[in-house]
Amino acid sequence: MVKKKEYINGLPDPTPLKEEILARYPRKVAKKRDKSMVINDPDADQEIQANIRTIPGIITQRGCTYAGCKGVVLGPTRDIINLVHGPIGCSFYAWLTRRNQTRPAEGEDNFMTYAFSTDMQDENIVFGGEAKLKEAIREAYEMFAPKAIGIFSTCPVGLIGDDVHSVARDMKAELGINIFGFSCEGYRGVSQSAGHHIANNQVFKNVVGNNDRPRKGKFQVNLLGEYNIGGDTFEIERLFEEAGIELLSTFSGNSTIESMEYSHTADLNMVMCHRSINYIAEMMEEKYGIPWIKVNFIGAESTAKSLKKIADYFGDAELTAKVDAICEREMAKVNAVKEAVKPKVEGKLAMMFVGGSRAHHYQDLFGELGIRVVSAGYEFAHRDDYEGRKVIPNIKIDADTRNIEDLVVSKDEAHFRDDLVAKKDSLEKSGYKFKDYEGMMPEMKKNSLVIDDVNHWETEKLIEFYKPDVFCAGIKEKYVVQKYGVPLKQLHSYDYGGPYAAFEGAINFYKEMQRMLDTKIWKLVDTPWKHEPEIVGSMTIEA
Amino acid sequence: MLLRHTTDKVKERKALTVNPAKTCQPIGAMYAALGIHGCLPHSHGSQGCCSYHRSALTKHYKEPVMASTSSFTEGSSVFGGQANLMTAIENIFAIYEPEIIAVHSTCLSETIGDDLGQIVAKARDEGKVPFGKHIIQASTPSYVGSHVTGYANMLEGIVRYFPEKTDEKKRQINLLAGWVEPSDMRELKRLAGLLKVKSVLLPDTSDVLDTPMTGSYEMYPKGGTTIPDMISMGDSMKTIGLGDWGTRKAAVMLDNKCKVPFEIVDIPVGLRATDRFIQALAKAGKVSIPDSLTDERGRLVDVITDMHQYLYGKRVAIYGDPDNIIPLIEFLTDMDMKPVYIVSGTPGKNFDKRIEEILSERVPEAKYKNGPQADMLLMHQWIKQEPVDLIIGNTYGKYISRDENIPFVRMGFPILDRVGHSYFPTVGYMGGIRILEKILGAIMDYQDATSPEESFELTM
Ligand code: SF4
Ligand code: SF4
Repeated sequence: MVKKKEYINGLPDPTPLKEEILARYPRKVAKKRDKSMVINDPDADQEIQANIRTIPGIITQRGCTYAGCKGVVLGPTRDIINLVHGPIGCSFYAWLTRRNQTRPAEGEDNFMTYAFSTDMQDENIVFGGEAKLKEAIREAYEMFAPKAIGIFSTCPVGLIGDDVHSVARDMKAELGINIFGFSCEGYRGVSQSAGHHIANNQVFKNVVGNNDRPRKGKFQVNLLGEYNIGGDTFEIERLFEEAGIELLSTFSGNSTIESMEYSHTADLNMVMCHRSINYIAEMMEEKYGIPWIKVNFIGAESTAKSLKKIADYFGDAELTAKVDAICEREMAKVNAVKEAVKPKVEGKLAMMFVGGSRAHHYQDLFGELGIRVVSAGYEFAHRDDYEGRKVIPNIKIDADTRNIEDLVVSKDEAHFRDDLVAKKDSLEKSGYKFKDYEGMMPEMKKNSLVIDDVNHWETEKLIEFYKPDVFCAGIKEKYVVQKYGVPLKQLHSYDYGGPYAAFEGAINFYKEMQRMLDTKIWKLVDTPWKHEPEIVGSMTIEA
Repeated sequence: MLLRHTTDKVKERKALTVNPAKTCQPIGAMYAALGIHGCLPHSHGSQGCCSYHRSALTKHYKEPVMASTSSFTEGSSVFGGQANLMTAIENIFAIYEPEIIAVHSTCLSETIGDDLGQIVAKARDEGKVPFGKHIIQASTPSYVGSHVTGYANMLEGIVRYFPEKTDEKKRQINLLAGWVEPSDMRELKRLAGLLKVKSVLLPDTSDVLDTPMTGSYEMYPKGGTTIPDMISMGDSMKTIGLGDWGTRKAAVMLDNKCKVPFEIVDIPVGLRATDRFIQALAKAGKVSIPDSLTDERGRLVDVITDMHQYLYGKRVAIYGDPDNIIPLIEFLTDMDMKPVYIVSGTPGKNFDKRIEEILSERVPEAKYKNGPQADMLLMHQWIKQEPVDLIIGNTYGKYISRDENIPFVRMGFPILDRVGHSYFPTVGYMGGIRILEKILGAIMDYQDATSPEESFELTM
């Protein structure tokens, strides 16, 4: 174990840890895992292996393509019926389990509290499930009259030859509402990530651009890749509203299908979770000329920076003044709490292994409190999320990636925004950065250990080596880590807390860290009699 | 309104399930396998299923739930998953060192047609199973049955493998537990102990999914039925299976394989199911029932008589798994409550028959349905037609409870938003008192919250 004092001159060299981890593995496994663990040097161009399939037998954090498609991207949209075509389980586990908050107006549709499934039976597997799927769509339409229905394929569907897309076409013609399918069978990709891409494609093809709603605001934007876990989106919405920025659509926290339909009328796309949504941002730029920038609303300073970047984009004096005023006011509140919390938590050690962007974004929040991140990694990200978008041209396309359709997008002459393209050109000349995701590794400390798709064995060793003060991951890891006496903060579900986005969110997070790091309960784990000699008493009861 | 689209218009559905009252087989297999000592459950399919099952069990228990996966990709889905499973077996024994790997299939591997038995045999032949280590397997396609079926199939897989018949009969009884909580497993052992009947409980998730905080993590906690105990089950005098859906298959397998005769009784939930269990166990063990148990029973009946006025005639909606809700429904009717709506997603012909036997005289107006489309939407629609005084079921009932302002008691799987089920049993007489405490608490809290000020009661 590393002793705390060694952290004074930067982070300790984790080479012995890495060696110990690899030593346990069979040769082939060791060879593979070696490339997914990088001892970080922010000044060097280091390559990490990411987005490759998990080795069978390894206890991984990852889920499946369906989870990424239905659960992550489409789950938070309230006015669409998400019908899961498959046996019951996949639908059951994705039922209300992701904490995407939503605020429907009275009388407005909200299907997020429901789980819809075709509950495939033996005979559907043997004889095909298309007829049942059609019937289920009819029944759903008759009972609920939704504006749209999405069909999500689970593992068996592709194998038995059900064509959800042709069913969708037929039923769309029959019922006259928007119906579209997703070939998001769990095995399609190496993780949830494939599902994000599939969801992006289908939403772009079937939803975006369906409604040319006239402009409502002076500054129209979309927020992409923010899913309103624990109310995060609400925090951001509030800021935009105050600043006078018209948020057309969020993909997909607190969203409606309708809002996505007119999202192509935006002047700017902001990308929050780069991993799950950059595809739509790219496609909207190609088709409509809408430029995109990377933003981050996790962390107070990052929030201020992001807001200012948006204001800079529009270059409007009134907007800039408003944004500055908001930031100043909010930072004062944030700083007051920060000053109170920071002395209690400063210098503590954290590690985080989660998702495709949060393991990076949350480092900003920890940084604000002076908590050091010793190790981090993503569950389902790609190399660009680690190393920055500059590596995209060099990423090897393997069979698993080739599986997923890469949409060919062409310019929509009628809607294309030449004005935005010109604006982008001129801003770029003055140093403003678009599509500017630099990834996690350049921002991490030297000697921090970056691990992609961390697994159970590695988690155990990491805890032994670093003895972190807080570990961030998901529900499957939570109680394992806590049995070691290390508190775990879930960064998928926020442990049913939050919001942690924007200024108010930062304050919540600071207080949460104080709660978790300041508790004395871990000191009560050992019994008071642990070190007393055993006494065999004379008053024991005879059995 | 949380469930704002639910109306009282019940429409017969043939294809659409909305808000299911069941989930899929593998999670049951995983749960059963966690109840044997030193075992790592393994999900043979794509990694999503395993992730979902582990998450669901973890949220229910707030405990580590370990399982590995074959991590299928497109290639394995086309060419079959044999190579994945072989690799997995090697890696698991090398890295995680379990005594036993319990492999279950998923919809994916079943649809492809992977033969687990054959793959596992091949792994053995090729020396991929270290000396003294074991692999058991169960086929668990989710397009058949429900999570309960998966539990039953894994239990069958366990007894197909371990128990051995020798020439020496053992003076012990096999207890096959249906799907109950670790607290219930512990209580079953206590009850057998009070009767002084030597028993082997399979599976046994106590000390696995209710482990103490010690500051160190044990991947294989001290609980779970041990290998020697499982082997010895082949020499037992008798098998008592608790719950037809969960244990019959395993009981039959054990009978066929080792000639251990069996009897299936209900999971001992409530008064009379506990009576039957105690009598069956006493008879099988050839012991008489001690006064201490008679006293426990008396305490339960005493609480019922004391509080009868709050229970009599109360209309109840229940959803859950047949083995668990059948004795519960009997218990409710014994207390003069009226289980009027009952749904279970788990299929099985016996369901109607059992419910009919219990309710036809006392609650002729009851509506019940199990199998496909017997879901929580249907139950909610019935409630919209004519309300109930109490809802009993897993956590998902809280949405109906809040919308309709109906008291709600959490029982079943999963319970995602409360603790207690791991620690306080609902089986046996004492478990009956706990169920009563929860029901009364819910009903009386509701009265306290809604009664006019002038009739707000101090003593109840
Ligand atoms: S229903 Fe089948 S495919 Fe879905 S989670 Fe369960 S086992 Fe996996
Ligand atoms: S891997 Fe396949 S079967 Fe399993 S949860 Fe995902 S879609 Fe469902």
